[in-house]
This record gives sequence, C-alpha cells and structure tokens, in this order.
Amino acid sequence: MKLNKLIFPMVLALAAVLASTGCKKGITKVTPLPGQPPAIVSDQGGAGTIAPGPGGQIGGGDNIGSTGVPTAAPGPIATSSDWDPANTVQDRAALAAYTVHFKFDSAVVQDSEQSNVSSVAQALTSDPNVKLLIEGNCDERGTEEYNRALGERRALALREALAKVGIDPARIRTISYGKDKPVDPGHDESAFAKNRRGDFVLCHPKTGV
Amino acid sequence: MKKYFTPTLSLNCFNKLAAALLLLAAALDFSRAQEINVDNQISILGGTKPIHVTLDGFPPEVASVLRFDLYVQGFDFVPAETAQYLIHGVGSGNVAGTVTDNLAHKMILSRSYNGASLRRQAHAFADDIVQAVLNQKGIGQTKIAFKVQPNGIGPGEIYVSDFDGFNAQRITADDAIVAKPAWVPRELALYYTSYAPGNPDIYFHDLRNGQRRIIAGYSGLNTSAAVCPDGSRVAMVLSKSGSANIWVCNADGSGLRRVTTGVEDSSPAWSPDGQWICFAMKKAERRRLAKVPAEGGQVEYLNTSGAPNPTEPDWSPDGKWIAFTSQAGSEFDICVAPADGSLSPTALVAGQNPSWSANSRTLIFNRRSTGGYRQVLSVLDVFTKQYKDCLRAPGSSSQAAWAR
Repeated sequence: MKLNKLIFPMVLALAAVLASTGCKKGITKVTPLPGQPPAIVSDQGGAGTIAPGPGGQIGGGDNIGSTGVPTAAPGPIATSSDWDPANTVQDRAALAAYTVHFKFDSAVVQDSEQSNVSSVAQALTSDPNVKLLIEGNCDERGTEEYNRALGERRALALREALAKVGIDPARIRTISYGKDKPVDPGHDESAFAKNRRGDFVLCHPKTGV
Repeated sequence: MKKYFTPTLSLNCFNKLAAALLLLAAALDFSRAQEINVDNQISILGGTKPIHVTLDGFPPEVASVLRFDLYVQGFDFVPAETAQYLIHGVGSGNVAGTVTDNLAHKMILSRSYNGASLRRQAHAFADDIVQAVLNQKGIGQTKIAFKVQPNGIGPGEIYVSDFDGFNAQRITADDAIVAKPAWVPRELALYYTSYAPGNPDIYFHDLRNGQRRIIAGYSGLNTSAAVCPDGSRVAMVLSKSGSANIWVCNADGSGLRRVTTGVEDSSPAWSPDGQWICFAMKKAERRRLAKVPAEGGQVEYLNTSGAPNPTEPDWSPDGKWIAFTSQAGSEFDICVAPADGSLSPTALVAGQNPSWSANSRTLIFNRRSTGGYRQVLSVLDVFTKQYKDCLRAPGSSSQAAWAR
C-alpha cells in the first residue's frame, strides 16, 4: 500500500506531463439533442397526449420511440351482458349493518358471519326486483394488486355464500377496491380488522327506465 | 459473471517508460480489482462494490443529474485520490465533459452536447459514461408511468415522467381509482386500470393523440395489464369466471383466452421471449410465485424460499432475474431471484412494486416515505443495492412501470 501511494502521484505527474506535450485530447464529439417533447395537451375526453420530440428520441432502444402504434382494427369492446350497477339506484344504508368481516389474508366466510349473509339473503328474497353489489375490501397489509385480487375473492366468496342459500348469482355483481377504500384510516390491528370486509349495496331499478 | 472493474491499459499515447510505470502501478493495484471480482462471484446481487468516481467542474443542476443517474447504476462518489474514474466538466453553457481512467491514465470519453435542456444533455452524458465504463446501455433518457394518489389513498391519476420523476405529465383526468399502468414496448401508449366506468376496467391509451378505449370491461375484476415483449398480446387479471385468474388477449382486446385456473391469481409478468407468464398465486392458502406457458398449460413454481408471501413479479428483459415483493407483517421487501431457480432470492431494500429497466440492472419501485405512510418512487441498482428517491409528486406515488 505504501508503495502504491508513492507510485500513484508519480504516475499522475507523468500523465500530466504527457498530456501537456502532445497527448492532449480535446472534446472530440458533439452530440446534438432534440428538443423536449411539448407539454401535454388535453383532448375532448380530458385524456392526455404526449407528442414525440422532433426527430424522435436519442439514444436508441431504451427510449420511447416515436414510431406508430399498431393500427389494429377496433376490437370488440368487451362489454358484459350483465346488468350495470351504474344504471341502478344504489342504497348503501339498507344493508350496512350486515357487513361481513374476514380474517387476515383470508376469503373464508366465517360461521360467525353467517347471520349477516342470511339477513342479506332475506332482503333479496323479499324484493325480487332488487339486485346486489358486493364490495370486497382489504387491510393495508398486502401489495396493491394482490389485495385487489383478494378483495375480489372475498366478494366472490360472499356471492357464493348467497348462492348457497338460494339467491340467483346473476342478481349479484362484485367489485374489489383492494386497500383503496378503508373505513378506518388507522394503521393498527383494530383498523385492519374493520377494513377486511365485504360491504353490501342494494341496487334498485331506476324508475321510468 | 461480467467483470466491471478490470482496468484497461492502452499504450497509444505513452512512451515505453510511461507504459512500464503504468503496468507497475496496475500490478500494485491489482489486489483491489481482484478483491472486487471475488465479491462479484460470491454475491453479485446487492454485494457488488460500487465503481468509485469523482466529479468536478459541472454546474449544480448538471452535477445533480449526473450524480443521480450514476449512483443508481452502481457508481459512487469519492475524493479524486481514490477514484477509479475522473469525470470532469469542461466549459460552461452546454454540457461538455471528459472521463479519465485514473488507473490507466487514459481518457475514455470526451464529449459535448447541445440542444434540448441542460438536464437532458446531462442524462445523455450519464448514458455515455455508463456505456464507456460498464459497456451497458444507460437509463438516463428513459421514461416511467406511475399512479399518483393526492390523498395517499383512493382516487388518483396516471402520470408519465422521466425516470427520475422530473418532467411529470398527467395522463388521466378522471378522479377515479386507477391502477397498474403498463407500457406498450417501444411505443407511446399505455394500458392501465381505471374505476372511472364504475368498475375496474382496463384501458388502452394512445399517448400521441389522447384517444383511449376499454379493452377489458368484463363483469368483476379487470386489472394488472402486462404487455408481451413484442406488443402483440396483453396478459391481465379477470374474475369473470368466478375467480381472479390470468387471461391473455390480443393488443386490441380480441381473442380472449384463460391461462390459469387457481383460486386467486394476480400480477402477470411476461418472460422476455413471450413464452411464459410469471404470476402470483395461492397454493394451499400460501402465496407463491409460479410461471405458466403463455398459451396455458402446466404451472411451475418458482424458487422463492426464504422470501415470505411473494407477489408482484417482474421478469428482467435479459431473462436472468425475477424481481418481486416479499411481505412479512406490514413490512415489504424488494427481492430478486434468478429466473432459473438456481439460487434463493436476495432481499435488497424495503419497498414494493419493482419494475425493471431495459438494462436489467436497475429497478424502479415504491417505498414508504420516511416517517409516513405515503409512497415515494425510488430507483435501485440491484448489484450494489444503492438507491435514490425520485422527485416527489404531491401525494402518494406507486406502481411505476419502466418504459422498455
């Protein structure tokens, strides 16, 4: 190491001498860059665009190119033949007392929650015109997309439980909010327990439609 | 394993005396290079030592760009005496600089830039440095897409920005829950999930003209779009069959077919050859990572031993690695494992939602802000474990997707 420390300054000095006596390299290459892409503009739908910079991006494959999007024929817009909760009058209060709660990382409907399921089934049986939206939710202890799948599984498990007691599953739609809609914003077990839930929203037909 | 630290010698500009001295110096310093190479073989992931450089002569904005770009690609900044490379700014105005190999005393890069912005010029210089020193394509001029939730939770919007968070542009204006943007490879177009229609549906959004349309709006869950490397197909999670599973359709939404049949599948990610889809699933109520042929077939489990509750896989573009999120309690870790299962995963840093850059060396992810519950985007070099936070957007930023 000591030798190393002596040699290094020597080499540095030598390099400096060489650099000043004919080995100097100046700036050898100028790389022109295109301008920045223009600012975002909105179309009638409020959705954004980003125009490619003039001359495309520099640097090659890592960058966003400015070549065309494949002009695929407009595919069939996948619409469900199911009823649409957006076309109903939603009543969140009617079944709010029957929210079903789940254990951590589980979509199993506990025996202790069966009375809530029965109450929801009664509401659907007593009025054949109403439909049901089940919202699956999770606590924050899970990754975002994992929780979106878990919330859906919880909602589907409740639909299954209702089907078991005789409710036509075609009357039921599910939606998962993952961890995006906690009822309690806290970060402790008491909040988590409240947030692991399936909420029931009664959907009445719109009058005059 | 690739060796990044081997000093290169050139006799071009030196007389025999200088060459002899240089060889002596290189020989004396060889212990250092060798030590690093041994470390590389033991643990390339998170165990690689950074390349020591020194930076001088640049205006503050340029220096900050260079420091960010180089730090997250495995460089670290040290005093000139101990630096392997000297990065020196020349002149003022446009970015111009040189890189000198401090061991070989050889200038390996000398370049100036004009046009665009100073930041952009600095990113271009950083890319040229990465190319010259690592022989890799740099990430300095790449883009990311991500979601921003102003209140930290609930509704948000999709944004696109430079990979370091600068020049952010809002893409949506729905004030709805959004999720999981995914780039069409090499195109200015995204897929993402939005609850704007009243249901989580998947949109295709052409960023050149602002036009968008729903390509998956089936009953139940439609989310987690992932575009295959040639852009022709999209994998996603649908629950239309009664459980959350992986489905694949053509780029325009046509040709839908089911790929998995598990109880709860999430987060599809394509292999670079487009043959496989890696995804998170449940087996005997335990979370696992698995891969399945893109056309459906036998599911194979990945080696994630030692990393509890794996989710959110992303396959590196070079095919070698799978990054994912491991979870224990309320803590999340970014892990990387060899895609061939030959080694157990390595946990690198606390965070979620890893997405690979094109060079298969750097990940963008989100992590909890210090002392808070909001998420910030951060960029991680998986070899040295060095990471830096991106420029923060107001609120919570997550689910970044790296354009590649």
